[in-house]
Amino acid sequence: MADTNIVTTAEDVRSLEAGLDALETKYVVRTGPWLRIRRSVLPPIVTFLLFLGVWEIVYRLELKPPYALPSPADTWLQIQDLFASGLAQAALWGSLQHAFVGFAASIVIGTVLGVLMARVRVVRAGLGPFVSGLQVLPSVAWVPAAIIWFGLSDAAIYAVVLLGAVPSIANGLLAGIDHVPPLYYRVGHVLGARGLTAVRLVVLPAAFPGYLAGLKQGWAFSWRSLMAAELIAHSPEIGPGLGFLLDQGRELNDMAWVFAGILLILAVGLAVELLVFAPLERRVLQQRGLSGADR
Amino acid sequence: MTAVSLTPVEPVYATTGTLDRTAPAAVRLERVTKVFGSDGQRPPPVLEEINLRVEPGEFVCLLGASGCGKSTLLNLVAGLEQPTAGTIEVTGGQPALMFQEPALFPWLTAGQNIDLALKLRGVGRSDRRSRVEELLGLVHLAGAYNKRPHQLSGGMRQRVALARSLAQDGDVLLMDEPFAALDAITRDVLHDELVRVWRETGKSVLFVTHNVREAARLGQRVVLMSSRPGRFVRQWVVDIKGERRIESRGVAELAVEITEDLRREIRRHG
Repeated sequence: MADTNIVTTAEDVRSLEAGLDALETKYVVRTGPWLRIRRSVLPPIVTFLLFLGVWEIVYRLELKPPYALPSPADTWLQIQDLFASGLAQAALWGSLQHAFVGFAASIVIGTVLGVLMARVRVVRAGLGPFVSGLQVLPSVAWVPAAIIWFGLSDAAIYAVVLLGAVPSIANGLLAGIDHVPPLYYRVGHVLGARGLTAVRLVVLPAAFPGYLAGLKQGWAFSWRSLMAAELIAHSPEIGPGLGFLLDQGRELNDMAWVFAGILLILAVGLAVELLVFAPLERRVLQQRGLSGADR
Repeated sequence: MTAVSLTPVEPVYATTGTLDRTAPAAVRLERVTKVFGSDGQRPPPVLEEINLRVEPGEFVCLLGASGCGKSTLLNLVAGLEQPTAGTIEVTGGQPALMFQEPALFPWLTAGQNIDLALKLRGVGRSDRRSRVEELLGLVHLAGAYNKRPHQLSGGMRQRVALARSLAQDGDVLLMDEPFAALDAITRDVLHDELVRVWRETGKSVLFVTHNVREAARLGQRVVLMSSRPGRFVRQWVVDIKGERRIESRGVAELAVEITEDLRREIRRHG
């Protein structure tokens, strides 16, 4: 058998590769939407119903007088009343406006800050500890200062929201960038991506899972901060809001109203999490073949 | 019947000054030395007085044990690191570099990964799609444009990485143990594939490996490196007649000879 008898044509290689590719292709069993809904939506609904049941039982046992602990039905009626009078809509609309403007500004500032901290050593060394510190400080602590500086105005509200959300977003992005495999930088360099082009086309997309986690936390913080600020600071300029609505319930000593306010605040936070962040997160994980995509 | 012509040459590091400085080479290294660390405490050089010419269209394999600085050498040629001393010249644009890992970007599809290389070269959007399809066809992955890297097998990913390297359009292709992480069957097929693509494109290839048979299978020239400091010890001009396979007699015989030298080099460190 002489070596010269071996001839490998392009067609040989192609068919060999086609065979190997077929052998190595994994069969992906995608979870259908119904199964996913049954797995992910059903358990929280059951939990919620159980919670309502316990609430009802505690109410019937009269551990607290009814004015201090209204029944689930009373609270539900109160929510309906608030919507019928238009108070709930106005409060929702006011809070959402503040939340989205504040969160959008936080994204811009947090992103620039995160990139600067990741890429410029001095900025990181100088600002890093303070940004982490701000993350620990409850942003409600800023409310008195913001009122003294900016008065009972939108500016005060936004200051509190920014101080709450920016550190989370910047830190999330920073962590995301820190976890980018060094190999990606080398590939980017060899492909000719330098400077801002490298940041835009390699660093930011690679850091996106961490960034997304930061945005998610940033949203939670900005929503919390907003509620805290609205609870304390009200004025005609700031206008209606869920925090203000909640505080009105306290002033009226109406516990059903207070519960209704809490539930509305919770519902908005949950809706944004379920409708915006959860699908986005699932898509990112799925695209990159990371675990947890099928949750 | 031995179809191997072995041409042991004088240690390559001793050829300083004898290089032809006028004829254009694809890659030219002259007295390249690389030392890591600061001036205060300098470990021994990783690479010492390396001279190398890769001719246009030539396929050169760099062979050596761990720690011989083969990867560092490729990083230097790719411009990822700067030499401590000596000069490096590369003609035909930024050389492409392939790694042991495919290093495809997971947020892009297979096609988009190749597209990115074209985009960064400044190729217009309208020309890119057809060029990407063409490159995918070249590595026998037509129809894989929309596949995500994690949906592909290791061999398929490495072929996408090869297509991405070809998209860069530099004349030089640097390969850093690109098939080391693949199973033996896939590796054999990719050897055929690489040789075919190399012939079709006329690129100059500088291929780093610690696999003696792989070097004998692929290279027109095999250069053996010593470790700590990395130096060129010996080279073989491979002249095996006919088609080469990993199991070819000529490849086996050459591999035996190279292995002897490689082991002698390694023993010196014992």
